[in-house]
Amino acid sequence: MKSAFLGLTLLAGLLTASPARAEDTPQSCEVPAYLLTSESRLSHVADAVKNSSPLNVLVVGSRSSTIAASETSAYPAKLQAMLKERLPALPINLSVELQTGKTAEEATATFVKLVEAKRPTLVIWQTGTVDAMRSIDPDDFRGAVDEGVAALQKAGADVVLVNLQYSPRTETMISAPPYLDNMRVVAQQHDVPLFDRFAIMRHWNDSGDFDLFSTTHGADLAKRVHACLGRALSKFVIEAAHLNQAQQN
Amino acid sequence: MSSIADPVAATPLSDSKAAAAAAPAIALPVAGERELRLDLFRGMALWLIFVDHLPANILTWFTIRNYGFSDATEIFIFISGYTAAFVYGRAMLEAGTVVATARILRRVWQIYVAHVFLFTIFLAEISYVATSFENPLYTEEMGIMDFLKQPDVTIIQALLLRFRPVNMDVLPLYIVLMLFLPLILWLMKWRADVTLALSAALYALTWHYDWYLSAYPNGFWAFNPFAWQLLFVFGAWCALGGAKRMSRILSSPVTLWIALAYLAGAFFVTMTWYFPQLSHLMPRRIEQWMYPINKTDLDVLRFAHFLALAAITVRFLPKDWPGLKSIWLRPLILCGQHSLEIFCLGVFLAFAGHFVLAEISGGALLHFLISIAGILIMSGMAWVISWYKHSADKSARTKGTGGNADLAGGGG
Repeated sequence: MKSAFLGLTLLAGLLTASPARAEDTPQSCEVPAYLLTSESRLSHVADAVKNSSPLNVLVVGSRSSTIAASETSAYPAKLQAMLKERLPALPINLSVELQTGKTAEEATATFVKLVEAKRPTLVIWQTGTVDAMRSIDPDDFRGAVDEGVAALQKAGADVVLVNLQYSPRTETMISAPPYLDNMRVVAQQHDVPLFDRFAIMRHWNDSGDFDLFSTTHGADLAKRVHACLGRALSKFVIEAAHLNQAQQN
Repeated sequence: MSSIADPVAATPLSDSKAAAAAAPAIALPVAGERELRLDLFRGMALWLIFVDHLPANILTWFTIRNYGFSDATEIFIFISGYTAAFVYGRAMLEAGTVVATARILRRVWQIYVAHVFLFTIFLAEISYVATSFENPLYTEEMGIMDFLKQPDVTIIQALLLRFRPVNMDVLPLYIVLMLFLPLILWLMKWRADVTLALSAALYALTWHYDWYLSAYPNGFWAFNPFAWQLLFVFGAWCALGGAKRMSRILSSPVTLWIALAYLAGAFFVTMTWYFPQLSHLMPRRIEQWMYPINKTDLDVLRFAHFLALAAITVRFLPKDWPGLKSIWLRPLILCGQHSLEIFCLGVFLAFAGHFVLAEISGGALLHFLISIAGILIMSGMAWVISWYKHSADKSARTKGTGGNADLAGGGG
């Protein structure tokens, strides 16, 4: 039995040891290819690109979607910059709707109005952290995310879910797994791509790209992590909208 | 599992007419040889719980939760139910309900004190983290420390078992289960099968009506006692003769194949979590029916997975397997024999491990070394405790009575 486990460990090592090469970037923060692919498709984004109509991106998230006092370094801004670089022909508008301290249920309640006002092509919904910190019943959490995604889809927007940060220092206090699992379930049920921020950050920490245990007081680490997250997220969006192929045609 | 029951059935109490007249619905053993398999697997569960409580590292790949639905908690609770019923069930028949209840309550008190002790250490650790840690990346997550602003409320809620930090959920569950052990044993003495049926009914009602215990500051108990009692009562039922009565089912090849097929299926499903490349092989309808697999309420899939594991284990690992006496398994067995102490030590070491990892930025190698060091410390401590019990406290033990508290590690 032990040797089987060992074999499996080795296999796991082999499979994860072949990450996709990132383009030359200041900080080495490669992400394994499987974390950047999704079976779900962002059809509205693909249409917008095809018709050269503007791409309106709305990021809804809690405080981990920003860096205090340097919002332009946070991942939403980085995402916009990267998308502009990849899709130069397209006007790309991005707005961020911070919902500090709101649970998924509370965020969902704002969606109808929000979507009416912003008319987004793509909503990037970062959630789970507040619910995990408040130990909201995972079933209720799933129900709220489910409802929120349904509302956004009904309003004609593509949705990308972004899960919790990997936060090793608070691991003994915040139980992330139930919320990660339930977000995966909802993503599967609604066929929306899930950007696995938790797994990606853990990968960076394990591979030594970032020391996420660090007690640094400066914003430098946060800025570098967000830059990498923004880049990974832009690749994820382009991949999920099948834009690589679309542009070749 | 038939062989687990052997010591139970070996010396039925019916040799005295009085006992026969009392007609207990359960068969109980006279103190016999320890069932080393129980110690072995409980020790293993303790090691796995420790490794699972540390940040993921290479050893995490050896824990069973990566290969199926159930994890070490199921093993721990089942064996605890088994041993507790084994020890206190005998006490109940020999010394009466009142004495047995008194002994159980003393054990509950010990577990409660252990829990509070661990909480104190936890509080020290996170107070330190809260005052020294300030990373703008985690401004949001650090909000979890806000409860430190109200230490009075927090500490009282912890004493009421309502405030439980992550990784400190097992002991409160265990306290509640042990608190109800007198009732469980008393019912089992009357009708063991009815007790098990009642337990299953409570489990079903819990699922149907969504019963739970609330926690502080919000949320609920991470291990729902209304659901997890099923495993505990099932363990008790097995100890009190159920295992023997199941022996025919357990030795049938049909059971074996069902168990193997289920384990293989669960293995495949878990693989799809780690290698998303495989997930397209999963039929969507099955996924929708199956997920989420609820640990809080002991999902039926988890329970079934545990049963399958147990069925296969008792079939292929006989009670008299010589390996059980081997020196290599000694550390595991010793840990299993002093489960309460070693469990608490494991929780403490997991805190300490987190702390070391946080202070010294080491890579995968340090993670690995910490896991190994923790396991060595647990084994060493188990050996020291065992030395105390067998050598240092020998004189005290000679006046001891039937209730061997350390066999009652059921406690742990």
